Amino acid sequence: MLRLVNLELQKLLLNRTSKILIFISFILPFTVLILSSIKINFFGFFTLELGELGIFNFPIIWHITTFFASYFKLFFAIVVVSMIGNEYSNKTIKQNLIDGLSKKEFILSKFYTIVLFSLFATVLIGVASFLIGLYYSSYTEASIIFRETEFLLAYFVKLVGFFSLCLFFGMLVKRSAFALAFLFLLYIFEWIVFGVATKTFNLETAWKIKNFLPLESMYNLINQPFQRVVMTKYPENIDIAYDYGVYWYELLIVLGWTAIFIFLSYRLLKQRDL
Amino acid sequence: METILTITNLTKKFGYLTAVKDLSFTIHKGNVYGILGPNGSGKSTTLGIVLNVVNKTSGDFSWFEGQTTTHDALKKVGAIIENPNFYPYMTAYENLKLVCKIKGVDYSKIDEKLEIVGLLDRKNSKFNNFSLGMKQRLAIASALLNDPEILILDEPTNGLDPQGIHQIRSLIKQIASEGTTILLASHLLDEVEKVCSHVVVLRKGEKLYSGRVDEMISSHGFFELKSIQHDTLLSYLQNNPDFLSVKVEGELITAFLNQPMDASTFNTLMFEKDITLSHLVKRKESLEEQFLKLTDNN
Repeated sequence: MLRLVNLELQKLLLNRTSKILIFISFILPFTVLILSSIKINFFGFFTLELGELGIFNFPIIWHITTFFASYFKLFFAIVVVSMIGNEYSNKTIKQNLIDGLSKKEFILSKFYTIVLFSLFATVLIGVASFLIGLYYSSYTEASIIFRETEFLLAYFVKLVGFFSLCLFFGMLVKRSAFALAFLFLLYIFEWIVFGVATKTFNLETAWKIKNFLPLESMYNLINQPFQRVVMTKYPENIDIAYDYGVYWYELLIVLGWTAIFIFLSYRLLKQRDL
Repeated sequence: METILTITNLTKKFGYLTAVKDLSFTIHKGNVYGILGPNGSGKSTTLGIVLNVVNKTSGDFSWFEGQTTTHDALKKVGAIIENPNFYPYMTAYENLKLVCKIKGVDYSKIDEKLEIVGLLDRKNSKFNNFSLGMKQRLAIASALLNDPEILILDEPTNGLDPQGIHQIRSLIKQIASEGTTILLASHLLDEVEKVCSHVVVLRKGEKLYSGRVDEMISSHGFFELKSIQHDTLLSYLQNNPDFLSVKVEGELITAFLNQPMDASTFNTLMFEKDITLSHLVKRKESLEEQFLKLTDNN
């Protein structure tokens, strides 16, 4: 396993474009997080301090940071599709196999790298959130700090799922740009399915169906936190209450898709004549 | 003799097209094999199948008498197919390092093999700055990294200039002389003739001949003759049972031998018959003529 990760890391880290993209995808969410946590003084007119809003309180901070950080996954998504696209355009995939890498190992080396990256990104966000939380949070009891850390798990699963989808699209169309276009098409497709389901059944059933589709199921892992922030400000307003938790079945759906995408990528490669 | 690769009744269909048809042959250790055939005769497809990048339709192949899986066997094989495929953004050294990681070979081999192909001083240059000849030599270095039991080369001189072709060929001969088994696919006949001891001839995916190169060129050769007594010579040759046939092109007479005869014996014979020759050359048919004959007959 270490050999396969090592192999893929060499391919990625010696390529300047992917090195920059990887760097950005780690550093950018981190920087945004740090910047938003410091007090910004607008020329003495007023000071902006997001910490005052209570969004850096435990445990809500886990929810907020993972939600926003997951938007930066697109940078590494480009790396994932191009690490497949490049292998095809350089025909190095063929040479790798001739040199004695099995087709299974080829897919696994990509998948392990995805998992490693997701793990690293999760740890980074976890540590950053923890430190900022310690600084701002009004509650510092351990039981409150570590409540809702399941958002970190959700974040990790979300990344692995999304990158596996990218890997599959990369294998399917062999070109980086087209693979990214496919992501967009899938997004539209899910809304079409939703629309058709609403017409035939009703809105509630349509949402239930959409929750099983790849992109929506990944989005669903970490629901938007805005409503929750408002809720904490006006706890008496029950109308806006919603369920933002991370549930085991939500994780299971995404893990299921991950398994399907990796398996399909392998099947695709196995049946293809290179 | 130790068997390296056995192919039995291998068939590959691309839709309606049959690229390889019921092909069988065996590769033994220590010989230099050529797969010869015109473009599109199934050479690359056959190699692709045994190298695990093309899926077979039917038939079978086994490496090293079936004692290992294909995946493990490939770690004992060195192969380059068509164009040298490497990561353009990596240097020669980094590219070979990657191959070492795949094959599980020690990095110390890299410099040794770069030295053999004469690229040691360019080891820190990026692959995309290399000329085609250098790329091809790097590919050979890469294929040699694991000290393979067999080296498989597919059209190794394709697209190279004469110097490049010469470099690659002498490299192949050098490797062969060290006892490495080589399988060389080519449509260049003299390449196979110069380098190989055994040959498999393919046409449209079918095997036409398989065996030693010198046995394929089975004829006894022919004389090219010129003489002032043209007609006397011609009638003598036509009535001599030692000659199979006689061909006339202007002044040049080509007489094909029916049984072995060397040039000096023939010359003595001519003296006895009072025929003076102004031109006498004994030649053997080249592989090319033999090959064309073979592919035409079918």
